[in-house]
Amino acid sequence: MAIRQKTLMRLAPWAVTLFLVIMWEGICVSFAVPEFLMPAPSAVFKAGIATAGPIFEHATQTFFTTLVGFALAVAVGLVIGAVVGSSPLVYKALYPMLVGFNSIPKVAFVPVLVVWFGIGTVPAILTAFLISFFPVVVNVATGLATLEPELEDVLRSLGASRLDILRKVGLPRAMPYFFASLKVAITLAFVGSVISETVASNLGIGYLMMSASSSMNMPLVFAGLIVIGAMGVVMYELFAALERRLTGWAHRGAGAAL
Amino acid sequence: MSFVRFENVSLAYTEDGPRAIEDVSLDVREGEFVAVVGPSGCGKSTLMKLVSGLRLPNDGYVYVNGRQVGGPLNLVGMAFQAANLLPWRTTLQNVMLPMEIVEPYRSELRSKRAEFEQRARAQLAAVGLAGCEDKFPWELSGGMQQRASICRALIHKPRLLMLDEPFGALDAFTREELWCMLRDLWQAQPFTVILVTHDLREAVFLADTVYVMSARPGRILERREIDLPRPRDLDLTYTDQFARHVHALREHIGHVRKH
Ligand SMILES: Nc1ncnc2c1ncn2[C@@H]1O[C@H](COP(=O)(O)OP(=O)(O)OP(=O)(O)O)[C@@H](O)[C@H]1O
Ligand SMILES: [Mg+2]
Repeated sequence: MAIRQKTLMRLAPWAVTLFLVIMWEGICVSFAVPEFLMPAPSAVFKAGIATAGPIFEHATQTFFTTLVGFALAVAVGLVIGAVVGSSPLVYKALYPMLVGFNSIPKVAFVPVLVVWFGIGTVPAILTAFLISFFPVVVNVATGLATLEPELEDVLRSLGASRLDILRKVGLPRAMPYFFASLKVAITLAFVGSVISETVASNLGIGYLMMSASSSMNMPLVFAGLIVIGAMGVVMYELFAALERRLTGWAHRGAGAAL
Repeated sequence: MSFVRFENVSLAYTEDGPRAIEDVSLDVREGEFVAVVGPSGCGKSTLMKLVSGLRLPNDGYVYVNGRQVGGPLNLVGMAFQAANLLPWRTTLQNVMLPMEIVEPYRSELRSKRAEFEQRARAQLAAVGLAGCEDKFPWELSGGMQQRASICRALIHKPRLLMLDEPFGALDAFTREELWCMLRDLWQAQPFTVILVTHDLREAVFLADTVYVMSARPGRILERREIDLPRPRDLDLTYTDQFARHVHALREHIGHVRKH
């Protein structure tokens, strides 16, 4: 019984995906939806195969742009989060600023970046960075700020310095929050880089989709969307697995079920 | 010369809030075994936090080792009322924690890790936790966690050991076993102990001096010297002499509760 439950869990996402694709195909075919409005999955697949080379090239560009932006976001987010989370004063001082900044739609920022850095990869990296560093900051700060004073006392009673406390309890305690934020941040980073590519680049999946849509090549647009989604899912799963491996202690109840 | 000295110490957790302890004065000799008893909420844990420097008094002075306490000291080992083990560390790693903080162990850790780990294992075995070294705290029972936290308090051989109801979650047999363990450890290499407990028999069996505290705000009501001969044996707990001490303390506590 338990084993059947497990296989069911493993197969469920594939089954749902397959079901949706079949529904989509069925609707497109039975209502004869024109391809330039809504291409059927088969048409998208065909377009994907036919343009596999360019898609791969642009996807690679988007992938690495996203990763660089994401890596920057993690590094900067970790540092700002650590500072914000370990000092109530900095927390109070910076928080409104951060929240305000995060409320600005990043697409509105792209033109500014283009003026500063020109069209191309740099604005895409920076947009990915800008959109994805906030969740890292918030989560690391929350993890540190919600540290139980009792655990801190264990270290303090030994005469530990503030740095010791941060290293021995603060950061380990914040790790589950940090890894949870990575899953969110990586998907947001894709959003950021693709937005920027759509507006201001001649490389990347975003650009490919933009040029395809201007020539009414809807199947290719959809192929691009699916590639972005797939990259997002793969990266999300990667970080989810990393999270389970490294912070299993925080998920012991749920971890058993997964 | 006293090792730990309280001079008219008062502490309120919040400004103009009620005082947790009030006008407490006491003296502890180096090597003395002190027990503190009193009703729940009377400020025993607060007293421990003051000695270890986790809290500073609002009034009065606390001295440890001849110096006024201005913050935590590394000559103190403390087992808290809750085990407070770090959930991302195994039992052994938890016990090793003080070695990563307290000098001189800290700088020797690289070269002597194996030796220190051996010591931690021996310590764990002494409290009946052999075989649990690689388990995580949540895999241990409440009493096992408490025992691990005692090991953590002892591992760096502190000159002052603070135990806040360390045997609270244990069955009577294990508890008596650990009394004997603590007694032997202390007898072999005297250090100063301050033990908070609700168990009067535990206090009388282990301590040289028992302090009785009043209900909140906590004050010292009574200081009672336990003149029972050492080394003490568990059989001692069935003698009249022992019972007299327990009774006398019991009277005081009963007195406290009526008010
Ligand atoms: N962190 C805190 N903030 C505010 N008040 C506190 C805090 N810790 C303890 N108190 C208050 O101080 C008083 C003494 O608490 P303390 O923990 O010292 O009692 P205790 O004697 O250890 O009790 P028990 O035997 O139940 O452990 C209590 O009235 C409690 O409400
Ligand atoms: Mg207490």
